[in-house]
Amino acid sequence: METMMDIGLGHYLSVAAILFILGVFGIFLNRRNVIIILMSIELILLAVNINLVAFSVFLHDLVGQVFALFILTVAAAEAAIGLAILVIYFRNRGSIAVEDINLMKG
Amino acid sequence: MQPVLTDLIPALPEIFLAVAALLLLMLGVFSGKNGTRLVSGLALVALVVTAVLLFRQEGYDVAFSGLFITDSFAVFSKLLILLGTGLSLIIAQNFIAREDMDRFEYPVLMVLATVGMMMMVSANDLLSLYVGLELQSLSLYVIAAFRRDSAKSTEAGLKYFVLGALSSGMLLYGISMIYGFAGTTNFITIAQVLQAGPASLGVIVGLVFVAAGLAFKISAVPFHMWTPDVYEGAPTPVSAFFAVAPKVAAICLFIRVLEGPFGSLLPQWRQVIEFCAVASMLVGSLAAIRQTNIKRLMAYSSIANIGYALVGVAAGTADGVQAVLIYMAIYLVMTVGTFAIIIGMRQKGKAVEEIADLAGLSKTSPMLALALAVFMFSMAGVPPAAGFFGKLLVFMAAWKAGLYPLSIIMALTSGISLYYYLKVCKVSWFDDVKEPLDRPAAGLSWVVTATALVVFPVALVIGTPVLNGAAAAAASLFH
Repeated sequence: METMMDIGLGHYLSVAAILFILGVFGIFLNRRNVIIILMSIELILLAVNINLVAFSVFLHDLVGQVFALFILTVAAAEAAIGLAILVIYFRNRGSIAVEDINLMKG
Repeated sequence: MQPVLTDLIPALPEIFLAVAALLLLMLGVFSGKNGTRLVSGLALVALVVTAVLLFRQEGYDVAFSGLFITDSFAVFSKLLILLGTGLSLIIAQNFIAREDMDRFEYPVLMVLATVGMMMMVSANDLLSLYVGLELQSLSLYVIAAFRRDSAKSTEAGLKYFVLGALSSGMLLYGISMIYGFAGTTNFITIAQVLQAGPASLGVIVGLVFVAAGLAFKISAVPFHMWTPDVYEGAPTPVSAFFAVAPKVAAICLFIRVLEGPFGSLLPQWRQVIEFCAVASMLVGSLAAIRQTNIKRLMAYSSIANIGYALVGVAAGTADGVQAVLIYMAIYLVMTVGTFAIIIGMRQKGKAVEEIADLAGLSKTSPMLALALAVFMFSMAGVPPAAGFFGKLLVFMAAWKAGLYPLSIIMALTSGISLYYYLKVCKVSWFDDVKEPLDRPAAGLSWVVTATALVVFPVALVIGTPVLNGAAAAAASLFH
């Protein structure tokens, strides 16, 4: 039953790499909304999780799956803090458009 | 139960500090509006106790099934981190009371960030590295946006958060590649795998991603763009904290990762570090020239200083690591001193932060101007200030390792940086007073006096034990 349709490690790594690149581009090319940046960050972290779980299965080693659980937990905390900062930012400026984040030039 | 208990002893300082942070949080909640001073004072006591616990640790020990390591290197860098946090907590006191930041979460978050930094430098596994780094970063994002009614502070927090999260993502992607191609996340096992045979491409790609993620945290060029904005926007005591403790922690972590598990890949990572070092030194010293805001100037100065420290890292020898540790110790002291002066800059009670506001400081408060001159000469690396010896050690280590072009660029950029450091001195000594600065608070004056004395005569007297400590710390990485 070895056919072209067998999904191997390479396929998982490719999907993860594509998601990772999409996430990075989402942060840099997005000019509209900070929420989209937060979504892109989640995309990057999930790409890493796919990588870790795929390697974990491939290596018959549980560390990768444990690592993925840690990442999920930290990502939740990170999203909470990011949204909290976004809320106080919106209170001060009345906008969350990316091009408005320009009080300081750098 | 015995194995579990013995396992906890190497991590005792961290456990103590983490429990102290939680207790301080409870105390702050129940002591109401005036609890900030009490919580800050007790946080300082907790930091001192942690340092005492650290002093009792000697030798090499591994805990938590190889996730956590303690050796002379970890102890030395943790003492530096505690010193940086303690001093930045002292110089913040007056500022947070006057600028309406008087909330007890401030010291608690600093203590939590310190726990994260101590976990980072003791990491012996990619998993504990990540968790420690995130504990530090998440606390720092909140502190950057701590003045929640200020548009600049919240913007600084937002920028720091977005770029910090991106750098964590890159670090994680690198970690996943290393895990997949080396088959483990433990530093000791990775080192064995890499020594056994040639490294696969996957491991090298992973290492590059990890290095990029860590370069963000130490703000090395080309990953430095957040630094000036965050330093300018964040409240000044927060910028002071950012400039010392997390920098020391991240560069120590950088050293531990590169010299430990990836020591046998030195030829591969050296090129990356050399590039970052040269770019940081050039950007840091050239971009600082046209700054008018003193906090932005300090941001570029810290970028240049990280470049000098990376020169020592690129040497890849015990001498180089020793030089970097000494360099970071001196950098910490003079940066805290300079920021103490910046925090004290007020005209008629209002905080100011332009270099021009320092005009005529020598006429209104000559001792402050003298201390500022000591810090500026030390940062520029003029002998006999301590900063000169730090730079000299790094230079010699790089020269001995055969990195001649890098050492020469280091000397040249040091010369360029002399220009803008002396410009600050010129403004404070020779320009006419436009609007005199207020007298700084007592706590600030004490920190300025103490750090200035350390930078100029005291470091020459007490230098030997610190040198020996750094040498032992460096040797513990290369056993």
